Amino acid sequence: MDNGTGIGARVKRKEDHRFLTGKGNYTDDINLPKQTYAYFVRSPHAHATINKIDTAAAKKMPGVVGIFTGEDIANSKLGGLICGWMIHSKDGSPMKAGPHPVLAQGKVRYVGDHVAVVIAETREQAKAAAGAVEVDYGVLPHVVDVADAMGHKAQIHDVAPDNRVFNWSIGDEAATDAAFKKAAHVTKIDLVNNRLIPNAMEPRAAIGYYDTGADHYTLYTTSQNPHVARLVISAFHGLAPEHKLRVIAPDVGGGFGSKIFIYAEEVVCVWASKYVGGRPVKWTAERTESFLADAHGRDHVTHAELATDAGGKIIGFKVHTKAAMGAYLSTFSSCVPTYLYATLLSGQYNIPAIYAEVDALYTNTAPVDAYRGAGRPEATYVVERIVETAARELKMDPAEFRRKNFVTQFPHQTPVIMCYDAGDYAAALDEAMKIADVKGFPARKAASAAKGNYRGLGYSAYIEACGIAPSAAIGSLGAGVGLWESAEVRVNPVGTVEILTGSHSHGQGHETTFAQLVSDRLGVDINNVAIVHGDTDKVQFGMGTYGSRSGAVGMTAISKALDKIEAKAKRIAAAVMESSPEDVEFKNGTFTVKGTDKKMAFGEVALSAYVAHKFNSAEIEPGLKESAFHDPSNFVFPAGVHIAEVEIDGDTGVTTVVNYTAVDDFGNVINPMIVEGQVHGGITQGIGQALAEGAVYDKVSGQLLTGSYMDYQMPRAADVPSYKLGFTCTPCPSNPLGMKGCGEAGAIASPAAVMNAVTDALAVKDVPMPATPNVVWNQLQHLKKAAE
Amino acid sequence: MENFNYHRPASVDDAVKAAKAHPEAKYMSGGQTLIPAMKQGLAAPSDIIDLGALKNSGVSLGSSLVIKAGTTHAEVASNADVKKAIPALAGLAANIGDPHVRHKGTIGGSIANNDPAADYPSACLGLGATIHTNARKIAADDFFTGLFSTALEEGEVVTAVEFPLPKKAGYAKFPNPASRYAMIGVFVADTGSGARAAVTGAGHGVFRAKEIEGALAKGFSAASLNGVKVGTDNVAGDLHASAEYRAHLITVMAKRAVDAAK
Repeated sequence: MDNGTGIGARVKRKEDHRFLTGKGNYTDDINLPKQTYAYFVRSPHAHATINKIDTAAAKKMPGVVGIFTGEDIANSKLGGLICGWMIHSKDGSPMKAGPHPVLAQGKVRYVGDHVAVVIAETREQAKAAAGAVEVDYGVLPHVVDVADAMGHKAQIHDVAPDNRVFNWSIGDEAATDAAFKKAAHVTKIDLVNNRLIPNAMEPRAAIGYYDTGADHYTLYTTSQNPHVARLVISAFHGLAPEHKLRVIAPDVGGGFGSKIFIYAEEVVCVWASKYVGGRPVKWTAERTESFLADAHGRDHVTHAELATDAGGKIIGFKVHTKAAMGAYLSTFSSCVPTYLYATLLSGQYNIPAIYAEVDALYTNTAPVDAYRGAGRPEATYVVERIVETAARELKMDPAEFRRKNFVTQFPHQTPVIMCYDAGDYAAALDEAMKIADVKGFPARKAASAAKGNYRGLGYSAYIEACGIAPSAAIGSLGAGVGLWESAEVRVNPVGTVEILTGSHSHGQGHETTFAQLVSDRLGVDINNVAIVHGDTDKVQFGMGTYGSRSGAVGMTAISKALDKIEAKAKRIAAAVMESSPEDVEFKNGTFTVKGTDKKMAFGEVALSAYVAHKFNSAEIEPGLKESAFHDPSNFVFPAGVHIAEVEIDGDTGVTTVVNYTAVDDFGNVINPMIVEGQVHGGITQGIGQALAEGAVYDKVSGQLLTGSYMDYQMPRAADVPSYKLGFTCTPCPSNPLGMKGCGEAGAIASPAAVMNAVTDALAVKDVPMPATPNVVWNQLQHLKKAAE
Repeated sequence: MENFNYHRPASVDDAVKAAKAHPEAKYMSGGQTLIPAMKQGLAAPSDIIDLGALKNSGVSLGSSLVIKAGTTHAEVASNADVKKAIPALAGLAANIGDPHVRHKGTIGGSIANNDPAADYPSACLGLGATIHTNARKIAADDFFTGLFSTALEEGEVVTAVEFPLPKKAGYAKFPNPASRYAMIGVFVADTGSGARAAVTGAGHGVFRAKEIEGALAKGFSAASLNGVKVGTDNVAGDLHASAEYRAHLITVMAKRAVDAAK
């Protein structure tokens, strides 16, 4: 299709008109008749027993409709929150999942833990009454740092006396030990991957509604996967069977993973509606609640060792990671520091032996789960920081050291499960070095030094596995769900098209890119294509959007359904044009009969399908609607090379990213403008992690010190340079569109690139993230002292 | 936010009367600090006395520069007389908060609140300004008495700030990376009768840095500040900056302020 809206076109986002004019329809924009408002009583303590909850005074407050506690939840037999991925320790024992009731029962385990809910006529009344709920706590010892959690006297769950959820391993320990014995050089590094708070623009929100007449529940919620939410609330919480529960995720304002999970507040809203006479119960998180109670990301402490031979080839890699899980296991938390992390520890390199061990530990903090990149930024950080360090120790150029060790033959089976299908890592490195003008760097560094500043250059040759995932493969690894995707294509009689997809757009631009695919395939104007998603009553089932899967998996499902549409339309066109389907060709929206001048437009065929006058409906069913489920045969493996160049102010320690180059291989690209936007956002989030963001819990009080934007630094536009992007393309062999995924790459690659640049500038082995001005200034003081 | 009674007096006298009648009342000028504090439950005044109807804004330049208390930061930043007489003051105002704050927040509100990380107090102290109130005139050296506290009596209203004209002055701010308030801001002035240097953002309230002033007395240039160390007596440490780092930044920012002085 050459109308400028097909695959590869820079089409402006169809959805932006409503977003930019304030006409989006977010959960908080929705109001139902007789609606009430919920406000949650939260724990002020990091760890405490609940001795007594006295709601008598609060119940007398104006406007209060109901107050519920963990006891009410227990009495109604509503199930607790689950973790949907079973991990077994290396000794074979299953992970130790402590109970996670939707309102605390007996104990609170982090500041912000959900203790009780107050439902009132107005938000203000609910909040005021929540302040009058008296909770008698018995304060217990707590632990907030993952480094201290193992065997700490603060025992968070009875099932895990030493706070360890699992001790998991991957790879061949004996082969790796043998490689280290042969090593000419071993590089060692200790790294901390700082805890992050997701900060979606739209806070979480929910409206739960129980229809007493129909005995039916509806939940409007900020979800990246409404069908999964329905499945969990139905099957595990036991609220209602699936046909009695509708989950709607309307416009959702960003998620970054944090809205994948099933949270207590949303479940409580839909549960409580029944107990306030079927009145809708609405809750919108205050920003403070988002900080305290959204699932956080990262929080790893890692020791890694890399063995190289005399020629500078990597021969072995050993990693030990302590991963914080927070106070409870969130929905997919257990797969993040295991199968989404350690399976990528081979990076872009040919490493014959890898062994990794992960201790997952409870801490008295908000739960930790997937956050943009989910495990892969942590893996890239470990791999790319130690590779850079090894090159420095071996006095090799870091680019050449990487090039020497790149995987060059595909498919490539790594020692940690993943089988890379296609790539050209050296091509990305060459292109990135050219764009970044690496040759000119020494002169730029000298110019900085002349001003008393420090300039550094850092590489990050990342790989990620996304498009998750082959269902059988992840099932064998402990996943409780399959990760296929569904699509339904409904062609209307006038030839306009509705696509029902199980993917969920919360900023990704699906309404545009999915329409581009349809426009390309059917020759329909993209304005005649509607994308329907986010409602379990409309879309039959779907697994949602995360892990950069909606292109590679979601669009492939649409593509398969479009194949069926095209096949059926050809049969109808053949019947109408009195020829055989084999002779009918379809191109640019027109059906033609080979060797004749007969033709029909797509819209005419659609109308014929519905009027059904001109074909035998015993042979061809009327209508034009097809569906498909697509289960991928492999992950997809986006990869690339990012180069960061930083300048550090010698007087203040302020680090400025002065140049940033990203060369990515996403396979075939549908809309380059949207892809570039995803890369920009991802890089900015990663620069945020490297230089600005970091959740800090106070060791002594257990309080979240970075509980607002006064103390938690998000990166701003002025904090980042104008990025220089390049692309290489090795089409993905495992899906028909040849697509990989682009949503997380920037956040995966950039922390390592920036920190390699910072450590290069200062000529030190490590600087902890976030490298804030004070942190860097401290390093400068050490350097000055050492020089004296 | 708790409920409150709202007053919008048309004259300073009426404002003072309202304040005296309601001991738990708070004056509100631009509301850019007070309203967020109320929303977070950190302030819960019984009565708000909105000074907006006083229409007490504007700048006049004579032998000194007088800025009326209700003048917004945006007006100060763009005012031709301010730019001509004390460009550093216009530059300071142009970098307070964000555009919303600059179009609502006022100089009177800022100094009456005396946030330890606000910008204006350093300009007042650094320039040796005089604060005019409904009742009297107070030297800046006497006005800022500590964290969120001033020499203002109960019900006393700031009406204007009078700045003497310096030979030159400069301001350099190191913003807190998260909040963008001053983590250290230093306002320096060559007054003609000596150098003044006032520091904001250090944690305990605005103060004059004697080490900086002493060094600048020998010559109003950044070179005079080489090797000058400021002690940590007036300086606090927190999540974002240790006391040592802040003290170090005072010298760095003082140099930059002197370099930028016009």
